[in-house]
This record gives sequence, C-alpha cells and structure tokens, in this order.
Amino acid sequence: MSEFIPSSSPKARWTTAVALLVVSALFVFGINAYGKINPYLLRVIIVMGINIILVLSLNLSNGFTGVFSLGHVGFMAIGAYVSSILTLTLNTKALNLPDLPAWLAHVQMGFLPALLIAATLAAMIAFLIGIPLMRLSGHYVSIATLGFLVIVHIILINWTQFTRGARTFSGVLQYTNIWWVYLWILITIYIVWRIVNSPYGRALLAVRENEIAAYAIGVNVLRSRLLAFVVSAFLTAIGGGLLAHYLTSFSPASFYFTATFNIIIMLVVGGIGSINGSILGAVLVTLLSEILRNAELGITLGTIKIPPVYGLSQIILSIAFILIVIFRRKGLLGDSEIDWSGVFIKLIPKN
Amino acid sequence: MTFIEYLIQQTINALSLGSIYALVAIGLAMVFGILRLINFAHGDLMMVACYVAFFLISSGIGFGPVFILSILAVTLLGILMERVAYRPVRGAPDVIMLLTSLAVSIFIQNIFIMFLSPVPRSFRNITPSFLDIVNKWGAVGISNINIVTIVITAILFILLTLFVTKTRLGTSMRATSENLIAAQLIGVHIDRVILTAFAIGSAMAGIAGFLWAARLGKIDPLMGFIPLLKAFVAAVIGGFGSLGGAVIGAYVLGFAEIFLIGFLPPSLSSYRDAFVFVLLILVLLIRPNGILGSTEREKV
Repeated sequence: MSEFIPSSSPKARWTTAVALLVVSALFVFGINAYGKINPYLLRVIIVMGINIILVLSLNLSNGFTGVFSLGHVGFMAIGAYVSSILTLTLNTKALNLPDLPAWLAHVQMGFLPALLIAATLAAMIAFLIGIPLMRLSGHYVSIATLGFLVIVHIILINWTQFTRGARTFSGVLQYTNIWWVYLWILITIYIVWRIVNSPYGRALLAVRENEIAAYAIGVNVLRSRLLAFVVSAFLTAIGGGLLAHYLTSFSPASFYFTATFNIIIMLVVGGIGSINGSILGAVLVTLLSEILRNAELGITLGTIKIPPVYGLSQIILSIAFILIVIFRRKGLLGDSEIDWSGVFIKLIPKN
Repeated sequence: MTFIEYLIQQTINALSLGSIYALVAIGLAMVFGILRLINFAHGDLMMVACYVAFFLISSGIGFGPVFILSILAVTLLGILMERVAYRPVRGAPDVIMLLTSLAVSIFIQNIFIMFLSPVPRSFRNITPSFLDIVNKWGAVGISNINIVTIVITAILFILLTLFVTKTRLGTSMRATSENLIAAQLIGVHIDRVILTAFAIGSAMAGIAGFLWAARLGKIDPLMGFIPLLKAFVAAVIGGFGSLGGAVIGAYVLGFAEIFLIGFLPPSLSSYRDAFVFVLLILVLLIRPNGILGSTEREKV
C-alpha cells in the first residue's frame, strides 16, 4: 500500500478538511436551491448523501481492516425496520401492524431517538456475531457475513408481526431531509477519520497489511477488528434508517443482494481504504445508476420510443466493475487520499 | 408410519438433497483449491443449463440430446467466464477475485432478466415424466427423481475420483491445488489445469441445475442463488478447497436441513435456511477451518 498520512501532518488535516468541503459544497448547492430546486435533483442529492454514509462505514470495516463483510446491508435493514417501527404514528401502526405487542404498539418516537436506538441495536448484534466471525480469515468471514445477510432477510420475511413480511412496509413519515443527511455525513466522516488516524486505526492498518506481524508487535487483532465492525454496523444502520425515512416505503427485497452489490461497487470504484475515494465512488456510481435507471424505464427520443429494459442498469454496472478491477484494480484513488494541500496553499496567502 | 419408516424416508430425502449440494460444492471447491477464487457465478451455471434446455426442447430432438447440449453449453460458458473475467484478475487479492465473480453473477442474472423476463417458467414438460413417479414401499414413498439424483451423483463421484487419481491431468490438478507455483515450475500447464477445473465444475453445476429444477418444477433467472449459498456453506463446513470435505459438508448440510424440518415446529420451518447459516457459524466457532480443513499455520 502507499505510505500512510500521519494524522499530525498538515496533509491529513487538509485532506479531511477538503473532503468535508467537497461534501459541504454539494449540499450548499442543494440547500441554496431548496425552495426552487427540481425535486428530482434533490432526491438524487439525498440518495447520494445516504450512499456516502453507507460506503464510508463499509470502508471502515472492509477497507481498513481487511475483513471483507458481505453482510452490511443486513445492518442497514435492521436500522431501517427498527427505526421505522419506532417512528410510525399510532394510527398507521394499528392499521399496518395490528399484531404488534402492546409495549411497541403504543410507542411513537422522534426521528433522532429512533435512529439511535436502531443503530445501537445493530451495533449490539454486530458485537455478538463479531466475536466468532472476526476470528476467521478472509474468505470465511465473507461467506459467514453473507450468511448473516441471509438470516436477516429470512427473519424480515417471516416475522410478519413486526415487519409485514415480504409485503411493502409503508406509511413511514418522511423525516429525512437534506439537513439530516448532511449532519450524518459530517459525523460519519469525522468518526472514520478519527478512527483511522488514531493509534487504534494504525493498529487496524497494521492488521490489514500483515496480520501475523501486527500480532507479533502486540496488536490485539480480534479487538481491533471487532471495534471497527461494531462502529461500522452502527453507522450503516443509521444510513438504513435515513433511507427508510426518505423512501417511506420499502420491503425486505430493498435490503438484499442488489443493494449489497451496489454499495460494494461504490467502495471499489473509489478505492478500498480511502475516505475521499468512498465519497467519490458514492457520487459517481449514484449518478451513473440514476442515469441508467432512467434509461431502464424507457426513453422517448423524438418519435422513437425505446421500451423499458429491466436489468440494464445492473448489466452496465457489473461490466464497469469488471473493467475497473481488470484495468485499475485499486479503484480510482487506491488507498491514498486526494492531496488537496497544493491547491489550497496557492489560494491562501503566505504569512 | 413407524419411526423406522420415517427415518428411512427422511434419510433418502436428505441423501438426495445433499447430493445436489455436493455436485455444486465440488465445482466450487475445485476452483477454490487452485485459484483461491470463490465463484459466485457458479450457481448461475445451473440456471443457464435449465434455460438452454427449456428453449431446445421445443425443437423436438428429445430429452437426451437436449440434456447433453445444455451441459455442453454451460461447460463452454464456464470456460468463457474464466477466460474473459477471471484470468485477467488471477493473482489479485482474494477479495478482488471474489468481487469479480460477484459481478459476473449479477451480469449473467440480469442478462437473463433483461431478455427473458424474471417470470418463472415451468420445467415440468422438459424432464422425462418417469422422474415424477413415486414408488411406495409401505408408508415410505420415494420418487424416482430422488433415486436418480443419488445414483447420478454417486457415478459422478466415482468418475471424478478416478480422474483425479489415475490420469495425468488429474494428478496435475492435485499438484496445482497443493502449490500452484511449484506445479508450474515442474512443468504443469497451469492454464490447461484451470480450464479443466472450470469445465468439470461447470458441467457438474449444469447437471445439478437439472436435478434441482426437476425437484422444483420451475426455473427463473435467480434460481441458482439458494443452492449456491448452500454449496458455499457445505464447502466451508467441509474445509474450503478439499473435494472430500465439500462432499462431506454437503451431506451434513442435507441431513441437517431435512431433519431440522422434521423436528422444528411448523411455525419455525420457514426459517430453515436461517438455521443452515447458524449451523455454519457454529461449525466455524469450533473448527475455524472446517471439518477437513488443514490446520496448517501461515508461515511468516
């Protein structure tokens, strides 16, 4: 891997500051136009923001520890379902989930406590399954976390009392707006940046690069991985909760293989192990999927009407993915960060 | 039904289910043993074989030729997959290879969704009708498809074992799986060995696809996913990369699944796939490298 950027160096500060700025600029643009903005564009920006949160938190676990989880969408589902059950209005609950136990049927919470409870629950589950799973090496952990995703999916489909089963879970209030997404992106970037640029984060990178050497110099491999996994599950669940309160209706199928693949593409395109890369990957792939989604629904070009072609967006994304891993294996940024300091030194007068 | 009859009935069911998992798991384990690649697109080969048969059967050439042509088609597809997508990333970090195969799988599935729609199609008129006949011995009812599944799998095991132990190519394959670089140094033609592994694995996946579709009676573009997951679990339980381990893992899984359905209260039986993965996590807790996995420590 390329050299680390020590947290004390100005470069690291600049890098993160600029990462924050880029995101801010995006959102300032969105917010400025909030009143008059095309609602479609606003939707794309919000989805993009949620994807940034999801990819950053996946990167914390998959990019910086070398434990490649395929099951993070399971945490997203937990965040979405739990927070939505907590914020549903009592009327909607009585209508859509008539069999809820009494202690849940009479609860209606605000958005923030619901999100935090859901994410804490996801983090606790991550802790419990992490204890056996984080001991495993590469492939086994990928398959086992995939197993976790399948378990979550099966529970969502069968636990109809709480989830309406495979049917659409609807009637969720649309709490998520651009401000909430902005807030959580900042929190996520800050947490990931702090963890990666701490002695603890160094231990993680050491584990990723050479597990045995890290172990030999006294790094507690299991504990390092577990903490990254748990924090990452917490943030992923927040992302899931935000998405649920934006879409307002979803089903177990929204949190399964396609979602997993899309988030992984964003991670790999940007560069596994780079914070800037995660943001870049999320932005690019969200835009691309949005364009492809429109193409999929059928386009009218003058008098020629191209009929809808389902599956097209996934086909193009998967081809793009294969081409990227063949020709630019480390993603657009590899595991390095964009060095923006040069740009900024020119802008700031020397004193 | 007496307890003994119940036991016989369930054992046959478990053997038949385990056989299908084993056919899929062998291909996975063979490729993994050589390349350390977990092939997510392996399950889609099952699906492709069934679709090829679905469209060929209307040409009226009869089931035999259709079956052979379908298996041939997926064998070629497996080879093509290796050549186009996996060879360029050979030697890349494990995760990159795994994700490449995930992309190949999504690609194949969506090509079929795009051109043939995600709607399931009936497979009933394709397999010979004698497969659906149920033989009764007392209270024990065994359908021909179960017998055929077990017998075909047994024959394929014997052929594969002979191939791996008695032929030159099979020995090369074992050598490559033991140590790829050393095998190359002593003159083993690596590309040919890998191609053979993909060809054999794909053909077996195709056969497993037929057996699976004959059980369910319908096919759809995503039908390969569940058996693939089960085969993953089987291969992991057995110790990834070992052919014998994959077979043992597959039968352990088949028995666990059938007897879980038997013993679980009906309200929980729809959760059985979840229990399969709980079983996986339990096995990994006790033996992190699977039942037959080597406990060889990584050298520094």
